[in-house]
Amino acid sequence: MMRARVAYAGAIHEATPAPASTPDAEALRLADGRVVAAEEVVWLPPFQAGTVIALGLNYADHAQELGFKHQDEPLVFLKGPGTLLGHRGVTRRPAGVGFMHYECELTVVIGRPAKHVARSRAFEHVAGYCIANDYAIRDYLENWYRPNLRVKNRDGATVLGPWLVDAADIADPKNLGLRTFVNGQLTQAGNTRDLIFDIPYLVEYLSSFMTLLPGDAILTGTPEGVVNVMPGDVVTCEIDGLGRLVNTIVADAEFGR
Amino acid sequence: MPAGADLFSIPFDVPPYRLSGAVYGTLLNHRTALGALGEAAHQPPYHAPPVAPVLYIKPRNTLALPGDVVRIPVGTLELEVGACVGLVIGRTACRVAESRALEHVAGFLIVADVSIPHASLHRPSIRFKARDGFCPLGPAVTPRAAGVDPDALWVRTYVDGVLVHSASTAELIRPAKALLAEVTEFMTLSPGDVLALGAAGPAPRVRSGQTVTIEIDGLGSLSNPYREAAA
Repeated sequence: MMRARVAYAGAIHEATPAPASTPDAEALRLADGRVVAAEEVVWLPPFQAGTVIALGLNYADHAQELGFKHQDEPLVFLKGPGTLLGHRGVTRRPAGVGFMHYECELTVVIGRPAKHVARSRAFEHVAGYCIANDYAIRDYLENWYRPNLRVKNRDGATVLGPWLVDAADIADPKNLGLRTFVNGQLTQAGNTRDLIFDIPYLVEYLSSFMTLLPGDAILTGTPEGVVNVMPGDVVTCEIDGLGRLVNTIVADAEFGR
Repeated sequence: MPAGADLFSIPFDVPPYRLSGAVYGTLLNHRTALGALGEAAHQPPYHAPPVAPVLYIKPRNTLALPGDVVRIPVGTLELEVGACVGLVIGRTACRVAESRALEHVAGFLIVADVSIPHASLHRPSIRFKARDGFCPLGPAVTPRAAGVDPDALWVRTYVDGVLVHSASTAELIRPAKALLAEVTEFMTLSPGDVLALGAAGPAPRVRSGQTVTIEIDGLGSLSNPYREAAA
């Protein structure tokens, strides 16, 4: 099952893809029975996120792209609630920055509390998956507690959605193609089979020192192919079985700056 | 609240205020903390002292209440306890001007930022700071209306009743209002979020069997026993 959280006509709803018989292939069916077009709703992150955990440099090709070598331990950082954004939203590129890039990532959503979970049982704690587009502005990178929040925890710069897809519906999360398109042109491609630290490893590692709770999310990192994006660019991240997550870059003016 | 949240003792209701569960910490914001680095701040891997506030996140699994036992992981001799003043946000704070910053603060509480000591501040693992129970806070939110000046508070840390550390927030590099202005330039803070102003250096260390009490002028005191985790 794929579920979205959307705002429509004065309330927040759970929504699923409309039945195949609906003429509009992208229409949504709200839990109360109404069928609405995708552009009539405001898409929110598809679940109420708890702790948001993100991986840096978890694909060998991307690590190489940024000049990193062998790692003994995953590079993990955390995000706050204010950075989260839904499908079809806009993300601000501040004037004067030189390098802002997207990162298409498979996101694992925790469904059952996880503490000291062995990798062999890790998937029992996974509720489902969604796509993340984890923007970074590299101009702000400093060498203290990297990656610093000014690079990675900006308002509206962590896009989640469009759907939360049940774990049962993804046959093999270790073999999912990821693609990013900028204005329709393919700029990034990878496959989750190339993760340096895979999902079972990450659940075992994280739960060895922190209890993971339902709603916590693990953004598993991005493959190579990150490029600079400018106001007006439409960035679409796609993962096999999870849909297409669309975001548009806007300039300061949109935010009254 | 999602299922499973009852695994933790923190109910987020810290009278008279309800916390959101988002806790942000600030590092190297006290002259003694940055000063302790000396020339190293100019050397690799840092190359230069920080320009923007150095921030980190204490996730919800770290939150704990007064009296909760802080567990020292097996194989770790000591923990570091950074005593901080925490600002509790009362009104959505986005791009606040310094002159109006404190109007967005509901009140203050004590935040004990517990860490496994780690030498490098370049890219430390979150397992040093994000362990279960590594962020006791409380004992209550002192409302801003009580007249507390966050930039003139003595912060005292006692281990088993003996004063081991004291510092004043008057020596913060970015006082509360300056920090709020810089942080909310790129990151909106919402009601119930906590922003810790940063500990003075060098943070006291504590071993199993000891009890740490942090006392801050006007904010009361926060005590927690430290015990070895079960193997």
